Amino acid sequence: MAAVLDTSSLPRAIIELQNCWKAYGSVQAVSSIDLQIAAEKTAVLIGPSGCGKSTLLRLIIGLVRPDRGEILFEGTKIDFHDMPGLRHQMGYVIQNGGLFPHLTARRNVTLMARYHKWERSETEDRLLELAELTQFPADALERYPVQLSGGQKQRLALMRALMLDPKVLLLDEPLGALDPIIRFELQTDLKRIFQRLRKTVVLVTHDLDEAGYFGDSLVLMQEGRIVQQGSAEELMNSPADPFVTRFIHAQQRRQQVWV
Amino acid sequence: MRSDVKVGLPVVILTACLFFNSGVAADSQIPFQVGSKKFTESVILGEMVTLLVEQNGVPVIHRGELGGTRILWDGLLKGDIDVYPEYTGTIAREILAGEGLRGEKDIRRHLSLSGVLMSQPLGFNNTYALGMKEGLAGRLGITKISDLRNHPELRFGFANEFMNRQDGWPGLRQAYRLPQENVRGLEHELAYVGLQSGAIQVTDLYSTDAEIAYYHLRTLKDDLHFFPSYEAVLLYRSDLVKRWPKGVRAMLGLEGKISGSDMIGMNEQAKINKIPASTVAATFLRNEFGTPVHAKKESWVRNFVLRTREHLSLVGISLGAAIVLSVPLGIFAARYSQKGQIILSAVGMIQTVPSLALLVFMIPLLGIGSAPAIVALFLYSLLPIVRNTHSGLQNISPEIRESAEALGLPYCDRLWMIELPLASPAILSGIKTSAVINVGTATLGALIGAGGYGQPILTGIRLDDMALILEGAIPAAGLALVVQGVFDLAERYFVPKGLHLALEE
Repeated sequence: MAAVLDTSSLPRAIIELQNCWKAYGSVQAVSSIDLQIAAEKTAVLIGPSGCGKSTLLRLIIGLVRPDRGEILFEGTKIDFHDMPGLRHQMGYVIQNGGLFPHLTARRNVTLMARYHKWERSETEDRLLELAELTQFPADALERYPVQLSGGQKQRLALMRALMLDPKVLLLDEPLGALDPIIRFELQTDLKRIFQRLRKTVVLVTHDLDEAGYFGDSLVLMQEGRIVQQGSAEELMNSPADPFVTRFIHAQQRRQQVWV
Repeated sequence: MRSDVKVGLPVVILTACLFFNSGVAADSQIPFQVGSKKFTESVILGEMVTLLVEQNGVPVIHRGELGGTRILWDGLLKGDIDVYPEYTGTIAREILAGEGLRGEKDIRRHLSLSGVLMSQPLGFNNTYALGMKEGLAGRLGITKISDLRNHPELRFGFANEFMNRQDGWPGLRQAYRLPQENVRGLEHELAYVGLQSGAIQVTDLYSTDAEIAYYHLRTLKDDLHFFPSYEAVLLYRSDLVKRWPKGVRAMLGLEGKISGSDMIGMNEQAKINKIPASTVAATFLRNEFGTPVHAKKESWVRNFVLRTREHLSLVGISLGAAIVLSVPLGIFAARYSQKGQIILSAVGMIQTVPSLALLVFMIPLLGIGSAPAIVALFLYSLLPIVRNTHSGLQNISPEIRESAEALGLPYCDRLWMIELPLASPAILSGIKTSAVINVGTATLGALIGAGGYGQPILTGIRLDDMALILEGAIPAAGLALVVQGVFDLAERYFVPKGLHLALEE
């Protein structure tokens, strides 16, 4: 089932997927995906593990190519021969940060600036600006990833993703590997950062609470298809499918145990 | 921008090789090149020719102890050597086997077709014989080869060359219908030690071997006259007569001058009394020709420096070239997995060829000397580096690989800035493995005239001289340790600090 947003009530779409299909061998990862991501809003892809939400994110950044269908960025079809150029307009953060272990925190963040041969002062200014934004301790910049805490790693990964000031930020379970206290802190910081930057954010999570906290709109997925798209209230009050209700109840019950 | 991968190492190695190799460069005019086989008698005869030629003011080099007949003959045809001592029986039955040659005239005519001339006999016949300990032969009542037929339980040990030659064991077994099954091949020099210890009971002898008397061996009578005559002669290239006429004249002065007892005496001097072959040869020439001939004084230090330089040059050039080729091959194999499998199988296959065989395969292509040895060592060094480069790149976690891709780095930059630094510990350890194997295998290079630490080992085996063997073996082992140490240091320098920290976690 395809869910198409009512585009008239939303700002223009910066990313658009049209009837996208992707299989890994005999496993169909995503099927018949039609999706529009609104500019400068936060969209959250949510669903149980294996539902295809990460694949969707990887399609957007071009780490996998669709078997069928088109992906548009700012209204233009993605040219897979010029992915590097497109990727400079997107920042990508994954669960464990994907930091380069042989580079210090500073060099992880400034790698792309060095690649583009920025001025040293320009690089330094941007680095300090991002450290301030993400509240990454300046004295940890000379450390290697292995010497950083889990929360610091994710802040660093975010800095690296933001270095070239991309239009879109893609985050794949960025808080998934953190313990609850750090996770809570980072959620608060992330929300503040998203509000301050006003960038287009696509975030993948399996946590409904987190999705509702961040998302202007939620995209609920099951077995490679989009089941429903809308705000958290819409999903709760007018579920499009019994699965939506089941998913919400399962998550609420877990929370009640905690509360 | 500071480069993330350091490129210095291969450059340093290559430069070092060029430096070491500069001393090996060939002269404009090729000198008079004498060759000899890897047994003492041949080395003494080679020394005699060398000394005689040198005395006449002709520039001469002696490439001694070059392995067996095949290597010397190929070297003669290729012009890597100009002359070497040979035996008529070997020429007729081995070199020109299958031509059905009868008599000396036939042989000379055939040799001349290949541009090779044969001297008159030098004066002694060094035929094959079978021998056993006097005591055992006496107890069993064995005096002639046909008596062996009644003792199938005897353990035979023959020189490797004798095992395979038509005029060796296969022909002998057929002619005498010998029943023995327990027959093994070994180095001729070790056969005497084997007889002494009882590991073998019958072996092949050369009739001029000094050990026959020394070890109290009984020579069994060739009652069916199977072994032909093995008159010692010199084989030389016909163009040598034009190039160094004086040298050829001097060399042919040996014709008819060396009797069987002379030769046995000289073999005894060299092998039993451990007098250097050049001194033995010089003494004989002085007595025979009355002219003062002096063997070169060999300085131990000078020899050691020379061997070290030869060995480093073999290892350095072959390893340097292997690094330059293998790392890109490994990168290619990691990127294109199907073609990569073909590459990995191909370099794996090379590794299965025994090192000695690979060295000998190179002779028809590259002659004798350091070139074939370097190519063989180069081929041997490929696998560990290709395989480690490939697996080092493959083992980078997909998260990190994709993070680099998602940042928008093109393939070459990802390779250079991220993947190669991360694979550097694996690549370096591959190079280290290759280097250590290379240092050891290079000792075999001496068999085909490449010199190095293998030379004293070879001479030591020939003379049954443990001190001489250690003179090659200890520096070779030491060099392997040094190489290992150098790469351990290199690892500290080349492997990024962040990876060291990650490994310590």
